[in-house]
Amino acid sequence: MLDLLKGPIQAIQEFYELTGRAIRNVWRKPHYVDDIILQMDAIGVGSIPIVMLTGFFSGAVMALQMGQSLLQYGQTGRTGQFVSIILVRELGPVLAAVMVAGRNASGIASELGSMKVTEQIDAMRALGTDPVQKLVTPRMLATAVMLPVLTVIDDFIGMFGGWLIGMAFFGLPTRQYWTSATTGALVWRDVGEGLLKPFIFSFAVSLLGCFYGLRTSGGTQGVGRATTQAMVAASVIIFILNLFIGMIFVRRS
Amino acid sequence: MASAPTGPQRVTQPGILRFEKVSVVFDDGVRALDDVSFAVREGETRILLGAAGSGKTVMLKVAMGLIRATAGRIFLFDEDVTNMREQQLFDVRSKIGMLFQESALFDSMTIAQNVAYPLLNQKAIKMPREKMEPAVRDSLRFVELEHTLERYPSELSGGMRRRAAIARAVVNRPPLLLYDSPTAGLDPITAHTIMALIIKERDVDNTTALVVTHRYQDGNLVANFRYNPSSGRLDPAGKAGTDTVFMVMREGRLIFEGSQAELEAQQDPYISAFVKRPEKDAA
Repeated sequence: MLDLLKGPIQAIQEFYELTGRAIRNVWRKPHYVDDIILQMDAIGVGSIPIVMLTGFFSGAVMALQMGQSLLQYGQTGRTGQFVSIILVRELGPVLAAVMVAGRNASGIASELGSMKVTEQIDAMRALGTDPVQKLVTPRMLATAVMLPVLTVIDDFIGMFGGWLIGMAFFGLPTRQYWTSATTGALVWRDVGEGLLKPFIFSFAVSLLGCFYGLRTSGGTQGVGRATTQAMVAASVIIFILNLFIGMIFVRRS
Repeated sequence: MASAPTGPQRVTQPGILRFEKVSVVFDDGVRALDDVSFAVREGETRILLGAAGSGKTVMLKVAMGLIRATAGRIFLFDEDVTNMREQQLFDVRSKIGMLFQESALFDSMTIAQNVAYPLLNQKAIKMPREKMEPAVRDSLRFVELEHTLERYPSELSGGMRRRAAIARAVVNRPPLLLYDSPTAGLDPITAHTIMALIIKERDVDNTTALVVTHRYQDGNLVANFRYNPSSGRLDPAGKAGTDTVFMVMREGRLIFEGSQAELEAQQDPYISAFVKRPEKDAA
């Protein structure tokens, strides 16, 4: 029994160790600013199309279902309100984070995993660089900045998709939709929740990607395994964290 | 000698690199190094022979501080590095050049950036920026790859990548070089080119080296040839020979340490398997 637990406990310990080192390095020199910008481009800008697509279609389908349900009560005018609350509080942060996890946690794990199995991580250490400082911290910072930005884009495009469906299917006036979707629905706490979630999710995405990448072993097969593990673990953690953060905000209201 | 691998006077001698009863046991219980002791003197070249999985690469990585020893002590330049922290190790590592088995060039960087990497990142090397480019060019010229400055590792052949990795290892002129299977997976002509570069580096910069290989002919070349700067070729070293010591590893243990003649006289079947005897060559 103890032997069975040894592996997972050791992995959790290593993950916390990596997280601690990555966060400590934020204040330690050298700062690899070029790498941070490069990662912001790769993780953030590179994820815009996929986040826009998922945001648009999830907002559109939500408006479609909500509008149909609200039609029974003669409340289709409130479609925008429902779409924006669900998007900003829940769906936007989770969808954007899961998309970025699918694209980047796996990408980071495969990149770092390939570097590990080809001894590039060892070479980095041999040549005077701390791989955590050079590889992990820039990815962590870049994801922490870009995931909230991507979530805002996802939210907005989702609302846009909802607006198109609202107009086309339920004949909602533009002004009514946008008023109910913004000032009529959202309070600052929603915006806070909607931005805090992706900020916290970003650590799960980047650090789990790095963690699985850096502990890759067993050649190219190991890289494939690390990639899958990183994506699955990041996605699951996002859903778990989402519930806990949601509970904090609900308790306060 | 085969059963008593390390002569006592060698172990106690101060050396540029010294292992004292070093063992490495991995988490899964595998004993990668088992009570290994040896000392590398300045100017000496050590050829480390052994089958795959015998602990050769682990030994190099332990020497570099990339893998921690479970027991024993490691001295680099007469400094105990066994329990040194990673940040402190960076300064010691700046005095060592290492060629990794698969070259380990950074895929995302050009060859010039790869070779310049130690100059830019090793704090102990305080080279002014304006001197870096000439140093990188010199190093690439040394391995005859000056024309590949702006190319990426993926655009080069295996042998060229190995040469570029040698250029990166020697760019800051380190006194100690560790070569991990420099000829593995290369055709005989390219392998000869790589070994010629290792000999050239030894003779031009008078460096100390530890060469891991499973090919006896690599060691034979290092032990019996010298670089001729005027012709740019390898010439027989003659009777004086070179300062080369052979070591053989088996399942994590150092089972032989001695000269080429002593190695060739060994009757142990494992050791004999590595040695290509002259009469066999003639045949």
